[in-house]
Amino acid sequence: MRVPDFTLPSSLSKLLTHLPATPPAFVLAAGLNQLVKRGILPADMSLLDGRRFEVRVQDAGISLRFSAVGQGFQVDRSTDEPDLRFTANAADFARMMLREEDPDTLFFNRKLIIEGDTELGLIVKNLLDSVDWSGTPVARFMAA
Amino acid sequence: MTSSRPLPELVCPAGSLPALKAAVDHGADTVYFGLKNGTNARNFAGLNFDDKTAREGIRYAHDRGRKVLMAINTYAQGADIAPWKRAVDEAASLGVDAVILADLGLMDYAVRTHPELRLHLSVQGSATNCEAIHLARDLFGIRRAVLPRVLTLDQVRQVIDNTDVEIEVFGFGSLCVMVEGRCLLSSYATGESPNTHGVCSPARFVRWEHGEQHLNARLNDILIDQYGKDDPAGYPTLCKGRFAVGGETYYALEEPTSLNVLPMLPELIEIGVAAIKVEGRQRSPAYVAQVTRALREALDAARDSQRFSVKSNWQQALGKVSEGHQQTLGAYSRPWK
Ligand code: SF4
Repeated sequence: MRVPDFTLPSSLSKLLTHLPATPPAFVLAAGLNQLVKRGILPADMSLLDGRRFEVRVQDAGISLRFSAVGQGFQVDRSTDEPDLRFTANAADFARMMLREEDPDTLFFNRKLIIEGDTELGLIVKNLLDSVDWSGTPVARFMAA
Repeated sequence: MTSSRPLPELVCPAGSLPALKAAVDHGADTVYFGLKNGTNARNFAGLNFDDKTAREGIRYAHDRGRKVLMAINTYAQGADIAPWKRAVDEAASLGVDAVILADLGLMDYAVRTHPELRLHLSVQGSATNCEAIHLARDLFGIRRAVLPRVLTLDQVRQVIDNTDVEIEVFGFGSLCVMVEGRCLLSSYATGESPNTHGVCSPARFVRWEHGEQHLNARLNDILIDQYGKDDPAGYPTLCKGRFAVGGETYYALEEPTSLNVLPMLPELIEIGVAAIKVEGRQRSPAYVAQVTRALREALDAARDSQRFSVKSNWQQALGKVSEGHQQTLGAYSRPWK
Protein backbone atom coordinates (compact mmCIF):
# COMPACT_ATOMS: atom_id res chain seq x y z
CA MET A 1 0.00 0.00 0.00
CA ARG A 2 1.37 3.40 -0.92
CA VAL A 3 0.10 6.79 0.11
CA PRO A 4 -1.16 8.47 -3.08
CA ASP A 5 -0.22 12.05 -3.96
CA PHE A 6 -2.80 14.37 -2.56
CA THR A 7 -3.25 17.78 -1.05
CA LEU A 8 -6.31 18.42 1.03
CA PRO A 9 -8.67 20.88 -0.71
CA SER A 10 -8.61 24.36 0.76
CA SER A 11 -12.37 24.20 1.38
CA LEU A 12 -11.76 21.35 3.81
CA SER A 13 -8.90 23.16 5.45
CA LYS A 14 -11.11 26.23 5.94
CA LEU A 15 -13.65 24.05 7.65
CA LEU A 16 -11.07 22.27 9.80
CA THR A 17 -9.47 25.54 10.85
CA HIS A 18 -12.73 26.50 12.52
CA LEU A 19 -13.00 23.32 14.50
CA PRO A 20 -11.33 23.21 17.88
CA ALA A 21 -7.91 21.54 17.65
CA THR A 22 -8.10 20.06 21.12
CA PRO A 23 -9.83 16.74 20.25
CA PRO A 24 -7.20 15.67 17.67
CA ALA A 25 -4.41 16.86 19.96
CA PHE A 26 -6.01 14.90 22.76
CA VAL A 27 -6.16 11.76 20.63
CA LEU A 28 -2.52 12.23 19.66
CA ALA A 29 -1.36 12.71 23.26
CA ALA A 30 -3.43 9.72 24.44
CA GLY A 31 -2.01 7.58 21.64
CA LEU A 32 1.54 8.55 22.51
CA ASN A 33 0.91 7.74 26.15
CA GLN A 34 -0.34 4.28 25.21
CA LEU A 35 2.79 3.67 23.14
CA VAL A 36 5.04 4.76 25.99
CA LYS A 37 3.12 2.64 28.47
CA ARG A 38 3.40 -0.49 26.35
CA GLY A 39 7.09 0.09 25.79
CA ILE A 40 6.63 0.48 22.03
CA LEU A 41 7.81 4.09 21.97
CA PRO A 42 11.30 3.74 23.48
CA ALA A 43 11.29 7.31 24.70
CA ASP A 44 13.81 8.62 27.17
CA MET A 45 11.24 10.95 28.73
CA SER A 46 13.91 12.84 30.65
CA LEU A 47 15.07 14.29 27.32
CA LEU A 48 11.56 15.48 26.51
CA ASP A 49 10.23 16.48 29.92
CA GLY A 50 8.78 19.98 29.97
CA ARG A 51 9.22 20.53 26.23
CA ARG A 52 6.33 21.74 24.09
CA PHE A 53 5.60 20.46 20.62
CA GLU A 54 3.43 21.46 17.73
CA VAL A 55 2.49 19.38 14.70
CA ARG A 56 1.12 21.58 11.95
CA VAL A 57 -0.74 19.83 9.16
CA GLN A 58 -0.47 22.54 6.54
CA ASP A 59 -3.09 21.52 4.01
CA ALA A 60 -5.57 20.61 6.75
CA GLY A 61 -4.98 23.94 8.42
CA ILE A 62 -4.75 22.34 11.83
CA SER A 63 -2.16 22.51 14.57
CA LEU A 64 -1.81 19.90 17.26
CA ARG A 65 -0.05 21.12 20.36
CA PHE A 66 1.09 18.88 23.14
CA SER A 67 3.80 18.74 25.74
CA ALA A 68 5.80 16.14 27.59
CA VAL A 69 5.21 16.11 31.30
CA GLY A 70 6.91 13.58 33.52
CA GLN A 71 6.29 10.14 32.06
CA GLY A 72 3.65 11.11 29.54
CA PHE A 73 2.18 13.59 27.11
CA GLN A 74 -0.68 16.02 27.47
CA VAL A 75 -2.50 18.59 25.37
CA ASP A 76 -0.78 21.96 25.49
CA ARG A 77 -3.25 24.82 25.71
CA SER A 78 -0.75 27.65 26.00
CA THR A 79 -0.22 30.04 23.12
CA ASP A 80 3.54 30.49 23.55
CA GLU A 81 5.95 29.38 20.85
CA PRO A 82 6.56 25.63 21.12
CA ASP A 83 10.10 24.30 21.56
CA LEU A 84 9.70 22.31 18.39
CA ARG A 85 7.37 22.52 15.44
CA PHE A 86 6.97 20.09 12.55
CA THR A 87 5.06 21.37 9.53
CA ALA A 88 4.08 19.31 6.48
CA ASN A 89 1.08 18.31 4.39
CA ALA A 90 -1.09 15.40 5.52
CA ALA A 91 0.18 13.07 2.76
CA ASP A 92 3.83 13.69 3.67
CA PHE A 93 3.17 13.14 7.37
CA ALA A 94 1.45 9.88 6.45
CA ARG A 95 4.41 8.79 4.28
CA MET A 96 6.84 9.63 7.02
CA MET A 97 4.90 7.75 9.69
CA LEU A 98 4.47 4.69 7.46
CA ARG A 99 8.17 4.79 6.55
CA GLU A 100 7.52 5.21 2.87
CA GLU A 101 9.51 8.40 2.95
CA ASP A 102 12.62 9.32 4.82
CA PRO A 103 12.29 12.49 6.95
CA ASP A 104 15.69 13.79 5.81
CA THR A 105 14.56 13.43 2.20
CA LEU A 106 11.39 15.39 2.94
CA PHE A 107 13.52 17.98 4.67
CA PHE A 108 15.99 18.25 1.76
CA ASN A 109 13.00 18.72 -0.56
CA ARG A 110 11.54 21.38 1.71
CA LYS A 111 8.40 19.35 2.29
CA LEU A 112 9.03 19.03 5.99
CA ILE A 113 9.72 22.17 8.00
CA ILE A 114 11.39 21.78 11.36
CA GLU A 115 11.45 24.87 13.55
CA GLY A 116 12.78 25.50 17.01
CA ASP A 117 15.32 23.46 18.93
CA THR A 118 17.30 21.52 16.31
CA GLU A 119 18.63 18.98 18.78
CA LEU A 120 15.17 18.27 20.15
CA GLY A 121 14.03 17.80 16.54
CA LEU A 122 16.73 15.20 16.03
CA ILE A 123 15.78 13.40 19.24
CA VAL A 124 12.15 13.21 18.14
CA LYS A 125 13.01 12.13 14.60
CA ASN A 126 15.32 9.40 15.85
CA LEU A 127 12.75 8.34 18.40
CA LEU A 128 10.13 7.82 15.70
CA ASP A 129 12.66 5.92 13.59
CA SER A 130 13.52 3.61 16.45
CA VAL A 131 9.97 2.40 17.09
CA ASP A 132 9.92 -1.27 16.22
CA TRP A 133 6.40 -1.82 14.90
CA SER A 134 6.98 -5.50 14.15
CA GLY A 135 4.83 -7.48 16.53
CA THR A 136 2.22 -4.71 16.72
CA PRO A 137 -0.95 -4.55 14.60
CA VAL A 138 0.48 -1.50 12.81
CA ALA A 139 3.25 -3.59 11.23
CA ARG A 140 1.29 -4.57 8.14
CA PHE A 141 0.87 -0.94 7.10
CA MET A 142 4.55 -0.12 7.37
CA ALA A 143 6.74 0.12 4.27
CA ALA A 144 9.95 -0.59 6.21
CA MET B 1 30.65 -12.28 -19.30
CA THR B 2 30.33 -13.29 -15.70
CA SER B 3 33.14 -12.06 -13.48
CA SER B 4 35.28 -14.67 -11.80
CA ARG B 5 35.51 -12.46 -8.75
CA PRO B 6 33.15 -13.06 -5.85
CA LEU B 7 30.42 -10.45 -5.50
CA PRO B 8 31.38 -7.77 -2.96
CA GLU B 9 29.52 -7.77 0.35
CA LEU B 10 26.81 -5.12 0.54
CA VAL B 11 27.39 -3.30 3.82
CA CYS B 12 24.45 -1.18 5.01
CA PRO B 13 23.99 1.34 7.83
CA ALA B 14 21.81 0.93 10.92
CA GLY B 15 21.11 3.81 13.27
CA SER B 16 18.24 1.98 14.94
CA LEU B 17 16.83 -1.51 15.30
CA PRO B 18 14.14 -0.96 12.63
CA ALA B 19 16.84 0.30 10.24
CA LEU B 20 18.92 -2.81 10.92
CA LYS B 21 15.94 -5.05 10.22
CA ALA B 22 15.15 -3.05 7.06
CA ALA B 23 18.72 -3.57 5.81
CA VAL B 24 18.57 -7.31 6.46
CA ASP B 25 15.09 -7.66 4.96
CA HIS B 26 16.09 -5.83 1.78
CA GLY B 27 19.24 -7.77 1.03
CA ALA B 28 22.23 -6.40 2.95
CA ASP B 29 24.98 -9.01 3.46
CA THR B 30 26.31 -7.05 6.39
CA VAL B 31 25.05 -4.24 8.62
CA TYR B 32 27.05 -1.83 10.74
CA PHE B 33 26.00 0.05 13.86
CA GLY B 34 27.36 2.05 16.80
CA LEU B 35 26.59 2.53 20.47
CA LYS B 36 24.76 5.49 21.98
CA ASN B 37 27.86 7.52 22.82
CA GLY B 38 30.85 9.34 21.39
CA THR B 39 32.71 6.16 20.47
CA ASN B 40 31.30 6.24 16.94
CA ALA B 41 31.17 8.89 14.25
CA ARG B 42 27.37 9.24 14.20
CA ASN B 43 26.91 10.31 17.79
CA PHE B 44 23.52 11.97 17.30
CA ALA B 45 20.91 12.45 19.99
CA GLY B 46 18.46 9.56 20.08
CA LEU B 47 20.33 7.52 17.47
CA ASN B 48 22.14 4.19 17.80
CA PHE B 49 22.00 1.10 19.98
CA ASP B 50 22.03 0.16 23.63
CA ASP B 51 22.86 -3.31 24.88
CA LYS B 52 19.32 -4.62 24.49
CA THR B 53 18.69 -3.37 20.96
CA ALA B 54 22.21 -4.40 19.89
CA ARG B 55 21.62 -7.95 21.09
CA GLU B 56 18.27 -8.15 19.38
CA GLY B 57 19.68 -6.70 16.15
CA ILE B 58 22.62 -9.07 16.08
CA ARG B 59 20.34 -12.03 16.70
CA TYR B 60 18.04 -10.88 13.90
CA ALA B 61 20.93 -10.62 11.42
CA HIS B 62 22.72 -13.80 12.47
CA ASP B 63 19.51 -15.84 12.33
CA ARG B 64 19.29 -14.83 8.68
CA GLY B 65 22.93 -15.55 7.91
CA ARG B 66 24.08 -11.92 7.77
CA LYS B 67 27.03 -10.28 9.44
CA VAL B 68 27.14 -7.41 11.89
CA LEU B 69 29.95 -4.89 12.33
CA MET B 70 30.27 -2.42 15.16
CA ALA B 71 31.79 0.99 14.47
CA ILE B 72 34.06 2.35 17.19
CA ASN B 73 35.56 4.83 14.81
CA THR B 74 36.31 7.98 16.78
CA TYR B 75 39.59 8.71 18.51
CA ALA B 76 39.78 8.03 22.24
CA GLN B 77 40.01 11.40 23.92
CA GLY B 78 42.81 11.86 26.44
CA ALA B 79 40.74 12.88 29.44
CA ASP B 80 39.00 9.52 29.71
CA ILE B 81 39.56 6.65 27.35
CA ALA B 82 37.43 4.22 29.35
CA PRO B 83 34.32 4.53 27.13
CA TRP B 84 36.32 3.42 24.10
CA LYS B 85 37.78 0.43 25.87
CA ARG B 86 34.35 -0.46 27.19
CA ALA B 87 32.95 -0.26 23.67
CA VAL B 88 35.55 -2.78 22.46
CA ASP B 89 34.75 -5.07 25.39
CA GLU B 90 31.06 -4.74 24.66
CA ALA B 91 31.62 -5.61 20.99
CA ALA B 92 33.41 -8.79 22.04
CA SER B 93 30.68 -9.71 24.48
CA LEU B 94 27.94 -9.02 21.93
CA GLY B 95 29.59 -11.34 19.47
CA VAL B 96 29.82 -8.97 16.49
CA ASP B 97 31.59 -10.26 13.40
CA ALA B 98 34.11 -7.42 13.44
CA VAL B 99 34.79 -3.98 14.88
CA ILE B 100 35.57 -0.97 12.72
CA LEU B 101 38.35 1.00 14.43
CA ALA B 102 40.27 4.14 13.54
CA ASP B 103 42.43 4.72 16.62
CA LEU B 104 45.68 2.72 16.57
CA GLY B 105 45.88 2.77 20.36
CA LEU B 106 42.46 1.22 20.56
CA MET B 107 43.45 -1.45 18.03
CA ASP B 108 46.34 -2.31 20.30
CA TYR B 109 43.92 -2.64 23.22
CA ALA B 110 41.56 -4.77 21.15
CA VAL B 111 44.26 -7.23 20.03
CA ARG B 112 45.65 -7.62 23.52
CA THR B 113 42.32 -7.97 25.27
CA HIS B 114 40.25 -9.80 22.69
CA PRO B 115 42.62 -11.55 20.28
CA GLU B 116 39.71 -13.36 18.65
CA LEU B 117 38.00 -10.12 17.62
CA ARG B 118 38.25 -9.35 13.89
CA LEU B 119 39.44 -5.80 13.18
CA HIS B 120 38.57 -3.51 10.29
CA LEU B 121 40.40 -0.24 9.72
CA SER B 122 37.83 2.57 9.53
CA VAL B 123 37.70 5.21 6.84
CA GLN B 124 38.42 7.63 9.68
CA GLY B 125 41.82 5.97 9.95
CA SER B 126 42.55 7.68 6.64
CA ALA B 127 44.75 4.96 5.16
CA THR B 128 44.97 5.59 1.44
CA ASN B 129 47.88 3.37 0.46
CA CYS B 130 49.24 -0.13 0.98
CA GLU B 131 52.01 0.97 3.30
CA ALA B 132 49.56 2.45 5.80
CA ILE B 133 47.30 -0.57 5.54
CA HIS B 134 50.20 -2.99 5.97
CA LEU B 135 51.41 -1.15 9.04
CA ALA B 136 48.01 -1.70 10.67
CA ARG B 137 48.01 -5.32 9.46
CA ASP B 138 51.50 -6.09 10.76
CA LEU B 139 50.97 -4.40 14.10
CA PHE B 140 47.37 -5.33 14.86
CA GLY B 141 46.31 -7.92 12.33
CA ILE B 142 43.55 -5.91 10.67
CA ARG B 143 41.66 -7.97 8.10
CA ARG B 144 39.92 -5.24 6.15
CA ALA B 145 40.45 -1.56 5.41
CA VAL B 146 37.79 0.93 4.38
CA LEU B 147 39.28 3.31 1.83
CA PRO B 148 38.71 7.05 2.07
CA ARG B 149 36.64 8.53 -0.74
CA VAL B 150 39.60 10.35 -2.24
CA LEU B 151 41.08 7.66 -4.50
CA THR B 152 40.47 7.14 -8.20
CA LEU B 153 39.35 3.75 -9.46
CA ASP B 154 42.90 3.10 -10.69
CA GLN B 155 44.34 3.94 -7.31
CA VAL B 156 41.86 1.62 -5.61
CA ARG B 157 42.89 -1.13 -8.02
CA GLN B 158 46.52 -0.53 -7.21
CA VAL B 159 45.87 -0.86 -3.49
CA ILE B 160 43.93 -4.09 -4.01
CA ASP B 161 46.59 -5.59 -6.27
CA ASN B 162 49.26 -5.02 -3.67
CA THR B 163 47.69 -6.22 -0.47
CA ASP B 164 46.11 -9.29 1.06
CA VAL B 165 43.96 -7.13 3.33
CA GLU B 166 40.34 -6.96 2.17
CA ILE B 167 39.35 -3.62 0.73
CA GLU B 168 35.98 -1.99 1.36
CA VAL B 169 34.89 1.11 -0.56
CA PHE B 170 31.98 3.50 -0.34
CA GLY B 171 29.20 2.99 -2.84
CA PHE B 172 26.48 5.44 -1.94
CA GLY B 173 25.67 8.32 0.37
CA SER B 174 26.40 11.87 1.41
CA LEU B 175 29.98 12.83 0.83
CA CYS B 176 32.33 13.81 3.57
CA VAL B 177 35.13 15.00 1.43
CA MET B 178 37.92 16.59 3.35
CA VAL B 179 40.84 14.17 3.58
CA GLU B 180 38.69 11.74 5.47
CA GLY B 181 39.21 11.48 9.14
CA ARG B 182 41.22 14.66 9.28
CA CYS B 183 38.61 17.32 8.76
CA LEU B 184 38.54 19.97 11.46
CA LEU B 185 36.00 22.35 9.95
CA SER B 186 33.32 21.42 12.45
CA SER B 187 35.77 21.87 15.32
CA TYR B 188 36.64 25.28 14.00
CA ALA B 189 33.05 26.41 14.37
CA THR B 190 31.88 24.39 17.37
CA GLY B 191 34.85 22.77 19.08
CA GLU B 192 33.53 19.33 18.13
CA SER B 193 34.22 17.25 15.03
CA PRO B 194 33.73 13.64 13.90
CA ASN B 195 37.07 12.36 15.11
CA THR B 196 36.84 13.87 18.56
CA HIS B 197 33.13 13.78 19.42
CA GLY B 198 31.66 11.57 16.75
CA VAL B 199 29.63 14.29 15.17
CA CYS B 200 29.98 16.91 12.47
CA SER B 201 27.91 20.05 13.10
CA PRO B 202 26.37 18.95 16.42
CA ALA B 203 22.63 19.65 16.42
CA ARG B 204 22.70 21.92 19.43
CA PHE B 205 24.86 24.36 17.44
CA VAL B 206 22.55 24.28 14.43
CA ARG B 207 19.85 26.87 13.95
CA TRP B 208 17.44 26.98 11.03
CA GLU B 209 15.97 30.43 10.47
CA HIS B 210 12.78 30.48 8.48
CA GLY B 211 12.34 33.85 6.80
CA GLU B 212 9.77 35.03 4.28
CA GLN B 213 12.09 34.42 1.34
CA HIS B 214 14.93 32.35 2.70
CA LEU B 215 15.87 29.52 4.94
CA ASN B 216 19.13 30.27 6.73
CA ALA B 217 21.36 27.59 8.18
CA ARG B 218 23.54 28.75 11.04
CA LEU B 219 26.22 26.77 12.83
CA ASN B 220 27.15 28.35 16.13
CA ASP B 221 25.81 31.62 14.66
CA ILE B 222 27.96 31.41 11.56
CA LEU B 223 25.77 31.68 8.49
CA ILE B 224 26.77 28.70 6.37
CA ASP B 225 24.04 28.66 3.75
CA GLN B 226 20.91 30.40 2.59
CA TYR B 227 18.30 28.52 0.59
CA GLY B 228 15.75 30.18 -1.69
CA LYS B 229 12.09 29.25 -1.44
CA ASP B 230 12.16 25.87 -3.17
CA ASP B 231 15.90 25.19 -3.25
CA PRO B 232 16.79 21.76 -1.97
CA ALA B 233 18.35 21.97 1.48
CA GLY B 234 21.23 19.87 2.80
CA TYR B 235 23.00 18.92 5.99
CA PRO B 236 24.40 21.99 7.74
CA THR B 237 28.05 21.04 7.30
CA LEU B 238 30.69 23.68 6.67
CA CYS B 239 32.22 21.84 3.73
CA LYS B 240 28.97 22.21 1.79
CA GLY B 241 28.21 25.79 2.76
CA ARG B 242 28.21 28.79 0.46
CA PHE B 243 30.70 31.46 1.34
CA ALA B 244 31.64 34.90 0.07
CA VAL B 245 35.15 34.62 -1.31
CA GLY B 246 36.73 37.42 -3.32
CA GLY B 247 33.41 39.15 -3.81
CA GLU B 248 31.64 36.03 -5.05
CA THR B 249 29.31 33.78 -3.04
CA TYR B 250 29.49 30.11 -3.95
CA TYR B 251 30.25 26.59 -2.75
CA ALA B 252 33.84 27.46 -1.97
CA LEU B 253 34.76 23.98 -0.72
CA GLU B 254 32.41 21.40 -2.19
CA GLU B 255 29.01 21.28 -3.85
CA PRO B 256 26.42 19.28 -1.95
CA THR B 257 26.46 16.02 -3.86
CA SER B 258 25.97 12.37 -3.11
CA LEU B 259 28.26 9.60 -4.13
CA ASN B 260 26.64 6.98 -6.35
CA VAL B 261 28.75 4.23 -7.94
CA LEU B 262 25.95 2.42 -9.80
CA PRO B 263 27.50 2.95 -13.27
CA MET B 264 30.81 1.67 -11.97
CA LEU B 265 29.68 -1.53 -10.22
CA PRO B 266 31.10 -3.96 -12.81
CA GLU B 267 34.51 -2.28 -12.57
CA LEU B 268 34.46 -2.36 -8.78
CA ILE B 269 33.68 -6.08 -8.89
CA GLU B 270 36.36 -6.69 -11.51
CA ILE B 271 39.15 -5.02 -9.53
CA GLY B 272 38.23 -7.16 -6.56
CA VAL B 273 36.76 -4.95 -3.85
CA ALA B 274 35.62 -7.11 -0.95
CA ALA B 275 32.76 -4.92 0.18
CA ILE B 276 30.69 -1.93 -0.87
CA LYS B 277 29.48 0.33 1.88
CA VAL B 278 26.42 2.55 2.10
CA GLU B 279 26.68 5.73 4.17
CA GLY B 280 23.84 6.92 6.41
CA ARG B 281 23.48 5.65 9.95
CA GLN B 282 21.76 8.98 10.67
CA ARG B 283 19.03 8.18 8.16
CA SER B 284 15.65 6.51 8.72
CA PRO B 285 14.60 2.89 8.11
CA ALA B 286 12.83 4.16 4.96
CA TYR B 287 16.14 5.31 3.48
CA VAL B 288 17.92 2.10 4.44
CA ALA B 289 15.18 -0.01 2.87
CA GLN B 290 15.11 1.94 -0.40
CA VAL B 291 18.88 2.17 -0.85
CA THR B 292 19.55 -1.43 0.16
CA ARG B 293 16.90 -2.77 -2.21
CA ALA B 294 18.27 -0.79 -5.17
CA LEU B 295 21.90 -1.71 -4.54
CA ARG B 296 21.08 -5.38 -3.92
CA GLU B 297 19.38 -5.63 -7.30
CA ALA B 298 22.14 -3.66 -9.01
CA LEU B 299 24.94 -5.75 -7.50
CA ASP B 300 23.25 -8.99 -8.46
CA ALA B 301 22.80 -7.69 -12.00
CA ALA B 302 26.40 -6.46 -12.20
CA ARG B 303 27.65 -10.01 -11.86
CA ASP B 304 27.08 -10.19 -15.60
CA SER B 305 29.17 -7.19 -16.60
CA GLN B 306 28.48 -7.44 -20.36
CA ARG B 307 24.76 -7.14 -19.99
CA PHE B 308 24.80 -4.74 -17.09
CA SER B 309 23.08 -1.43 -17.51
CA VAL B 310 21.89 0.91 -14.80
CA LYS B 311 18.13 0.59 -14.42
CA SER B 312 16.10 3.74 -14.09
CA ASN B 313 14.24 2.52 -11.02
CA TRP B 314 17.55 2.08 -9.13
CA GLN B 315 18.66 5.56 -10.14
CA GLN B 316 15.29 6.96 -9.14
CA ALA B 317 15.34 5.30 -5.74
CA LEU B 318 18.85 6.52 -5.03
CA GLY B 319 18.32 9.95 -6.58
CA LYS B 320 15.29 10.61 -4.45
CA VAL B 321 17.01 10.13 -1.11
CA SER B 322 20.24 11.89 -2.12
CA GLU B 323 21.50 15.00 -0.45
CA GLY B 324 22.15 17.87 -2.83
CA HIS B 325 21.28 18.56 -6.42
CA GLN B 326 23.45 15.99 -8.05
CA GLN B 327 25.10 12.64 -7.82
CA THR B 328 28.68 11.92 -8.63
CA LEU B 329 31.19 9.14 -9.06
CA GLY B 330 33.33 11.23 -6.73
CA ALA B 331 37.05 10.67 -6.76
CA TYR B 332 36.67 7.26 -8.47
CA SER B 333 36.41 9.10 -11.75
CA ARG B 334 39.01 11.82 -12.17
CA PRO B 335 39.62 11.91 -15.92
CA TRP B 336 42.38 14.52 -15.50
CA LYS B 337 44.32 12.17 -13.15
S1 SF4 C 1 32.69 19.44 7.46
FE1 SF4 C 1 32.20 18.10 5.74
S2 SF4 C 1 34.11 17.08 5.22
FE2 SF4 C 1 34.33 17.93 7.27
S3 SF4 C 1 33.76 16.23 8.64
FE3 SF4 C 1 31.94 17.49 8.27
S4 SF4 C 1 30.89 16.48 6.55
FE4 SF4 C 1 33.01 15.73 6.60
